[in-house]
Amino acid sequence: MNEMIHVLSALVENKPGVLSRVTGLISRRGFNIESLSVGPTEDPTKSRVTAIVRADDVAYEQITKQLHKLISVHKITDLTDERAIERELVLFKVNAPAERRSEIIEIANVFRANIVDVGRTSLTVEATGDEGKLKGMEDLFRAYGIKEIIRTGKIAMSRNSKEA
Amino acid sequence: MAKNTQQAASTVSIEGAAKGPGSANPKQGKELTGAQAIIASLEAEGANLVFGYPGGQAIKIYDALYDSDILTHVLARHEQGAVHEADGYARSTGDVGVAIVTSGPGATNTVTGIATAYMDSVPLVVITGQVPSTAIGTDSFQESDIVGITMPVVKHSYLVQDVDEIAPTFREAFHIAKTGRPGPVLIDVPSDIQSQVTVFDYPDSVNIPSYRPTYRGNAKQIRAAAEMISQARQPVLYVGGGTLISKAGPAVAALAHAANIPMVTTLMAKGAVPASDPLNFGLVGMHGSKYANRAINRSDLIIACGARFSDRVTGNVASFAPGAKLIHIDIDPAEIGKVREAQVPIVGDLRRVLENLVQLLEDGEVALPDTAAWVKQLDAWRERYPLYDKRLDESAEQIVPELAMKLLSEALDPADSIVATEVGQHQMWAAQFIDRELPRTFLTSGGLGTMGFGFPAAIGAAIGNPGKTVVCIAGDGSFQMNSQEMATAAINGAAVKVVILDNRALGMVRQWQKLFYKGRFSATELDICPDFVKLAEAYGWNAAQVSDPAQLAAAYRTMLDTPGPYLLDVIIPRDQSVFPMVPPGGRTGEPIGAIDTQEGARELQALEGGDR
Ligand SMILES: Cc1ncc(C[n+]2csc(CCOP(=O)(O)OP(=O)(O)O)c2C)c(N)n1
Repeated sequence: MNEMIHVLSALVENKPGVLSRVTGLISRRGFNIESLSVGPTEDPTKSRVTAIVRADDVAYEQITKQLHKLISVHKITDLTDERAIERELVLFKVNAPAERRSEIIEIANVFRANIVDVGRTSLTVEATGDEGKLKGMEDLFRAYGIKEIIRTGKIAMSRNSKEA
Repeated sequence: MAKNTQQAASTVSIEGAAKGPGSANPKQGKELTGAQAIIASLEAEGANLVFGYPGGQAIKIYDALYDSDILTHVLARHEQGAVHEADGYARSTGDVGVAIVTSGPGATNTVTGIATAYMDSVPLVVITGQVPSTAIGTDSFQESDIVGITMPVVKHSYLVQDVDEIAPTFREAFHIAKTGRPGPVLIDVPSDIQSQVTVFDYPDSVNIPSYRPTYRGNAKQIRAAAEMISQARQPVLYVGGGTLISKAGPAVAALAHAANIPMVTTLMAKGAVPASDPLNFGLVGMHGSKYANRAINRSDLIIACGARFSDRVTGNVASFAPGAKLIHIDIDPAEIGKVREAQVPIVGDLRRVLENLVQLLEDGEVALPDTAAWVKQLDAWRERYPLYDKRLDESAEQIVPELAMKLLSEALDPADSIVATEVGQHQMWAAQFIDRELPRTFLTSGGLGTMGFGFPAAIGAAIGNPGKTVVCIAGDGSFQMNSQEMATAAINGAAVKVVILDNRALGMVRQWQKLFYKGRFSATELDICPDFVKLAEAYGWNAAQVSDPAQLAAAYRTMLDTPGPYLLDVIIPRDQSVFPMVPPGGRTGEPIGAIDTQEGARELQALEGGDR
């Protein structure tokens, strides 16, 4: 069966050890987590885990059912098929000899990204967006040479949030 | 008014209320240390038996235990033994089993026991002492991250961080352990928390919004199931361990008889429906009968009742029961669709779902299926491919294991006995030949296949069921995994009868080597060591050895008539294989080694060289 990328959003207890219960279960059942982000929600007793996993539909259903069985997990939402809002934050450290700086700054501006640090031979650009936009920037910066990339992992929210 | 309360109480009990006094316990409102609160919590839950082993970080709990008039503590001789004993107690009584151990090695010694209980959905509460809160994470003496180590094999676990949390944590732990799909829960209590003081306030209820098992099946799905059953011509009830847990045996049998549907059972479901029921076709799977395996494989409808399509049942999933539709009833939604897609999935408590289903059939809401020809066919297969035919062994000079099990089965009163097994060939012979009529009277490690489980489990069952005959069927390999528990049995008056089917081999592995590894018996032949009779006598047990088939029945009688624990070392040939057998990954409908009475022999043409 075809594997596809799933955006799994889990509302969990904000307690020590819960993250390792969730990630341990996903990896134990044989799935690789491609990206992961965790943070508290509007209710401080709960956290939101957003995990990107690659799995076929049957396997994905099995992961979500198993996650549901964890006592610390309140709710699992699959944000894959929805027109969910997806964001990720990326920092690019790009090679920037003096004569090419303005080009890089221009690219950053086009993508509404910010220059957050300026070194003698490099610029650091901060960008948020969905996958397509960030991929586009990355491709353009490659031409200059990217020294380092750091990404936060995706977070996602459904558009018509009716969640408790 | 009084009636109302009672009714309320009985509904709650299904939902996992304390078996004991709960908040009405005599220590409620008193100032207690954490350790005393642990003991008070166990008492409030109605526990009266705990298994365990003390140590530095559990010493305060043991000190508090010293004052309890309610709790009896059984000192095991190894923490693994303690957990299996608690497990055997839980499997045989239906109550939550409790074990208490210390930190570090005490805690890590429980892992196999917890994993065994997890795989077979057994409710346990395991309490581990932990190093003081401030020392956690520093590699201090006897520190182990037992919550982390056991995470994959517990239903839930707690690290208690505040003495006031002890009471609510215990209430939750018992609730979680015994509701929904049961399982082990671990509570890790740092030793500083054990000495802090709290006002004991045991709650009666729990509030876990993220944990709400579904008990009632969806009415539309139940109706769809009834209609599917009514259309079936070759239906089979595939009965699993969930049937015991849900007390659904009578409901399964009611459905079987209402609609004339044959039943086959998994290893875990032995005893869920009586062996004597003519519609019970017994064990399916790797060492199930040819007729039971054929029945499920050639069925056009499988009604899975608290069963999970283990690979030990299905063999090769792709060729398993190719023509069958599936109605899958389970309280755990994750089991439905895990191995095989269900046309009618029903999440709920099996007993309630089946009762609703039977109601629909009995009310004439749907027509009953016409299964007469199918049941007749199964009866014919059962006749033709029996598990045993004594003509094959008439001239045997040595004890034949199948016959040894049949004789033992006949010597036991099914209403008054519990049989536990270790893991290996003897386990499969026991499953094939020991007839059980009642639930919770056959204890075996099905999911994890833990050698060393059966003997301590038998001890737990003996202590939990005074007056019943408890027999452990063991292999000479498995018994040595926890033979130190002979002391526990002797000291605590657990009159366990251990029958060792002694083949001087790790027989089951040796059988695989014989069949699939060209007879290269790598590390599977055991020497005649120890002398089991002397070993038993060293623990103050009575014991005997028997090797003559003519003496076996008398040896069983002596064993059963002698008060106290007893070991009978039954010498069997080394080279016996368990048949029939579905080779791993093979097609279950066509096992090797079945007896064909028309041919008067075992069907071993598929095997090189053959067997006996
Ligand atoms: C703890 C553990 N270790 C290893 C195994 C693998 N294993 C399965 S059956 C078996 C042989 C059991 O030998 P014995 O108890 O003598 O029983 P027999 O098969 O001879 O009846 C072994 C080693 C196991 N199931 N459990």
